[in-house]
Amino acid sequence: MFQDIGEMLILFWRTLQALPQLWRQRLKMFDQLFEIGNASLLMACILSLFIGGVLALQTGPVMVERGLSGLIGGIVGLSVCKELAPVMMAVLIAGRIGSAMAAEIGSMRVYQEIDALKTMNINPIHYLVLPRVVAISLALPMLVIFAIMVGWMGGALVSVFNNDISISFASYFNNLRSVVELGDVLNGLIKSFIFAMTIGIVCCHQGLCTIGGPRGIGRSVTKAVVNSIVMILILDYVVTRVLLYFDL
Amino acid sequence: MSQASQNQHPSVSVEVKGLRKSFGSVEVLHGIDLNIKAREVFVIMGPSGSGKSVLLKHLIGLETPNSGDVLIDGHSIQAEDMLERYRLAMVFQSGGLLNSLTVAENVGLYLTEHRLMPQKDIDRLVTEKLEALGLKGQENRMPEALSGGMKKRVAIARALVIDPQVILYDEPTSELDPLIAVTIGQEIKRLNQENDVTSIVVTHDRDLAFGIADRIALMYDGKVLEVGTPKELQQSKNEQVQKFLNASFKF
Repeated sequence: MFQDIGEMLILFWRTLQALPQLWRQRLKMFDQLFEIGNASLLMACILSLFIGGVLALQTGPVMVERGLSGLIGGIVGLSVCKELAPVMMAVLIAGRIGSAMAAEIGSMRVYQEIDALKTMNINPIHYLVLPRVVAISLALPMLVIFAIMVGWMGGALVSVFNNDISISFASYFNNLRSVVELGDVLNGLIKSFIFAMTIGIVCCHQGLCTIGGPRGIGRSVTKAVVNSIVMILILDYVVTRVLLYFDL
Repeated sequence: MSQASQNQHPSVSVEVKGLRKSFGSVEVLHGIDLNIKAREVFVIMGPSGSGKSVLLKHLIGLETPNSGDVLIDGHSIQAEDMLERYRLAMVFQSGGLLNSLTVAENVGLYLTEHRLMPQKDIDRLVTEKLEALGLKGQENRMPEALSGGMKKRVAIARALVIDPQVILYDEPTSELDPLIAVTIGQEIKRLNQENDVTSIVVTHDRDLAFGIADRIALMYDGKVLEVGTPKELQQSKNEQVQKFLNASFKF
């Protein structure tokens, strides 16, 4: 485990060092960006719509019962933008995109494509890791912005049309506007950026470490997704503490 | 002017000195010493599991030895800038083609990534190399749509585009029918004669080895048993060498 962490830190550092090469790899980066958006946007919208909805459904009736119906918008708004959207989107992307990254790089490793790159003096970190890590680091915060807005809408729809809550759109969004500040959205975006880099590095690292045949690729994919999710949840706590320290 | 003299990067010698390699507790190479002259076709032959492919990976720096060294033109392959200073190419057993790229993109990859010439010139050179290997019109096909023999030839074209000083071939005729295997053997010999290049071929195919080699090294169990011309090897008194060379399906 400690060897894996060490290797991932080295990979992260080398990827940062490779950033000046990004302009040369921009086409691959845009390909990846399109792939991530195309594969995940619809899923992200559906997921966040229902997350917002279920949050309103769980909290709404209890709040109404205690005469606090005016706070539903704020509770849903804050929970979605600071916690649920970044974490759930990161988990979705780890499963949907991280697994594909680990599988693709893993099969390239098994079928000697990465060795071929090395013999051509093409650095696999520049060619494979950099465009993927940058693309996922840009795509996830963008997806989170969508997810936040759709999540808020999901909460609003349930708050308005559920008989046990039945508040107006105006009441929901007025409260949401008065509670949620730009800093709260920024909090979610900072988290998602950190989660995205983690997913990119963990999954590319697993791909590059793949050994064996198809079974090895399968093992790498499973490990990449599980490790990413564990890292996301651990980092969620750590980053939240750090951001609270900075009053975000 | 012959093509060989047009090569901007002259062939170089390769020297292997006391190379040892272990994976875990298993030693795979037990102190290999070889001296491969510039511009020769040197075949490393031996039964499966004798360490040929591991040795080949050391020759291009894909593996790091536990002790010993590989010297290209007198310089250690472990030096950081070796692949910048010398042009080495390898044709992998499976071809090693990037499945996400077309044939033309695969062949031109080295030039595109290192920006060695304008795209127009890269396209022209790629077409030229593919034509030379009988792959005219295959530029836009994906590797998965090619036969085994075509993949090997694309891999050779990709190696040639580098304008290499040393080409390493890993089992170039494995998984190929005898007719295609002969064609590949002819290509290796022709390319060696037409280009100023040192060719190192790893194979267990005796027909290929004796058909193309200037010299052959026979490996067994991680050691080099014998090095010599095909004729010298056939006259060897070594029992293992004779056993390998005379193995036959006649019962």
